[in-house]
Amino acid sequence: MERLCMLQKDDGQVLPALPVFSSLVESFLQKLSACLMTDLLAKGYPDVITFAFFCRRSHIRQLAQKFAGTGERLGRGLVFHIAPSNVAMNFAYSWVAALLAGDASVVRLPSKSFPQVEIICKAVRQVLADMPELVPYIYFLRYGHDEDVNTALSALCSTRVIWGGDKTIREIRNFPLGIRANEIVFADRFGLAVIDGDDYLRSDNPERIAQDFFNDTYLSDQNACNSPRFVIWLGRNKVQARVKFWQQLQDLLDNHYELGPVQAVDKLVKTCLLGAECECKLQDTANNLLTRVEVKSLTRKLIEYTGNSGFFIEYEADELTDIKPVLTERCQTISYYGVVKEDILSVVKDSGCRGGDRIVPMGRTLDFSLIWDGYNLISAMSREIDVV
Amino acid sequence: MTYEELLSLEPYSLSQVRKNELFVELLGALTEKHRQMSYCYADIIRTLGYDRKEFQTVQDIPFLPVRLFKHLDLMSIPKENIFKMMTSSGTSGQQVSKIYLDKETASWQQKTLAKIVSSFIGTSRLPMIILDCPSVLKNRHSFSARGAGILGFSMFGRKSIYALDDNMDLQYEVVRDFLQEHKGEDILLFGFTFMVWKYFLQAVKDRNLFFDLSNGFLLHGGGWKKLAQESVSNEQFRQELAKICGLKYVHSYYGMVEQTGPICMECEAGHLHVSNCSDIIMRRSRDFSPCDIGEPGIVQVLTPMPQSYPGHSLLTEDEGVLLGVDDCPCGRKGKYFKIMGRLANAELRGCSDTYAVGK
Repeated sequence: MERLCMLQKDDGQVLPALPVFSSLVESFLQKLSACLMTDLLAKGYPDVITFAFFCRRSHIRQLAQKFAGTGERLGRGLVFHIAPSNVAMNFAYSWVAALLAGDASVVRLPSKSFPQVEIICKAVRQVLADMPELVPYIYFLRYGHDEDVNTALSALCSTRVIWGGDKTIREIRNFPLGIRANEIVFADRFGLAVIDGDDYLRSDNPERIAQDFFNDTYLSDQNACNSPRFVIWLGRNKVQARVKFWQQLQDLLDNHYELGPVQAVDKLVKTCLLGAECECKLQDTANNLLTRVEVKSLTRKLIEYTGNSGFFIEYEADELTDIKPVLTERCQTISYYGVVKEDILSVVKDSGCRGGDRIVPMGRTLDFSLIWDGYNLISAMSREIDVV
Repeated sequence: MTYEELLSLEPYSLSQVRKNELFVELLGALTEKHRQMSYCYADIIRTLGYDRKEFQTVQDIPFLPVRLFKHLDLMSIPKENIFKMMTSSGTSGQQVSKIYLDKETASWQQKTLAKIVSSFIGTSRLPMIILDCPSVLKNRHSFSARGAGILGFSMFGRKSIYALDDNMDLQYEVVRDFLQEHKGEDILLFGFTFMVWKYFLQAVKDRNLFFDLSNGFLLHGGGWKKLAQESVSNEQFRQELAKICGLKYVHSYYGMVEQTGPICMECEAGHLHVSNCSDIIMRRSRDFSPCDIGEPGIVQVLTPMPQSYPGHSLLTEDEGVLLGVDDCPCGRKGKYFKIMGRLANAELRGCSDTYAVGK
């Protein structure tokens, strides 16, 4: 902490901000990637391997082409990241985004201990041994609910990034930021999936589609901001498509998902509350692993009744524009199968709604991108110099 | 058979076979009644897929999660017939259950409780020590579960005193004088398990006091959650009371504000029993199918008593295990069981609400 405060007093003199996508950072990430790829422990964690792929030089160069822009950009200075406590890898992506934007970072690590976090920390230490010039740019901290630390870091940072949803944001907002600082917050949000039934029935790989949908939902207990809570059906053959789609998913669930008793009860509570609110019907499924409630109309009110652990509000739409009522500011990701993405974009743009920040193919809702939750992370964490 | 006729029987006389026949009829009719009287209930069970008016077995009766009473005003009577409202004892900030009673259901609650408890302690009213503080009963219009419990069980006592003052301090002199006055008589003690342990027994121990409660009969309930946190088992609870106060008759009960009246009493063999007035089914979380004997599951409670609100078939958030049917060594008929505690709360994955959790 002391070292950190000292560094910041000179305001960039001692610790210069880096340009966006600097070659220094690029080679650091390349080494980090190589280090993780050869780590035997890391092989057991697909999320670590995915991260290692993300950090490869070739990928970083692709990102640079897309995100560096034409203007002159430098990092804003110091980014303070508050990582979610129950997801292992978010902290790493948040930190790498800041590094690419040219910033130093202080990261509050997840409070829950994940082996993935240990693996990343070990690799970072190892690479930094060869690149001491980057040492002052990287601080990973683990601390409890310590108000003094939050106060100091909030006052110090140029950008604060808060993962972890509404409660965390409210909590952390008690600690004032410096006058020039900005803030990136990831609130509680939800996703929806739109599926064209006719296209689905034509697919020759329904198992793969089920697996993709499973990854988007059950992998995070349907509790992530990008997990679909609504499934909207389009096309002519909706009934047949639905039967097949859910049956494929059910087969997967029976072997790959554990449901706790509280989750089962929670889903029943949600179903009942939904039933008291609007006209709807619980659909027959083999067991409680999958809960589907079909609603007769899509309304804004339904958002209060979404659930997790495999709780889906289903709707048969006549046309894509029917999704408008649920595109509120709480709606983050629209995932699609068999629906033209440009059409979805048109619905979002034409309606002028507040939601729908990401439009991604089914199976890719969890893929990290430098554009996240409506923010371009590189531009939000850097400053552009206007030269006239 | 009507509920009143059911009440007139010996409380543990029905075999399970006979009860199944009676209950499917009574509960089926009650489901239909609530469906007609409560739009909200009708909407909910239609959503759950119950359209038929006849049920084959008790297991087919639809059940509501007990938590719904915290979110919805569920009643099957016109507002002007509300005789009183009961609430659960939520800690501050928590939502509480709201249970609406008309005169009939309120009176049946009392009669049911009387029938069950008097089969253990007899029908004469005993001098009673309430192991709680008087302020629990301050608001007479809206009863908390603790208040309702005390009020409900007070009908078995006379000349009741409170063992604790409003600071939860033990009133040693008051209890001592009371016991002196009633020397040689049977004494009824009532309290919530945690209160009994923490504010009565621990105070007696800490202050090196002594009460002779060998003529006492302690009835306690309200959950083991807090005691389990202090790692106190039922056996230890009983042993300590026997050792320190000579208290031999210690019976816990299982009940909830959503089904006040038809409580389940612990028998001499240490098993909880449903009476004629209620039934219990343990269900599997995977598909809500009924568990086998010995297999832990989510507790569902059923009773044909509640006429004013649709609480006749409820899925609780407790975990329990059925120990047997009709064959408890104590001789009581019907199902007997054990409660393990609240359902374990699984930590969800995903990225929401993280920093604040665990504060």
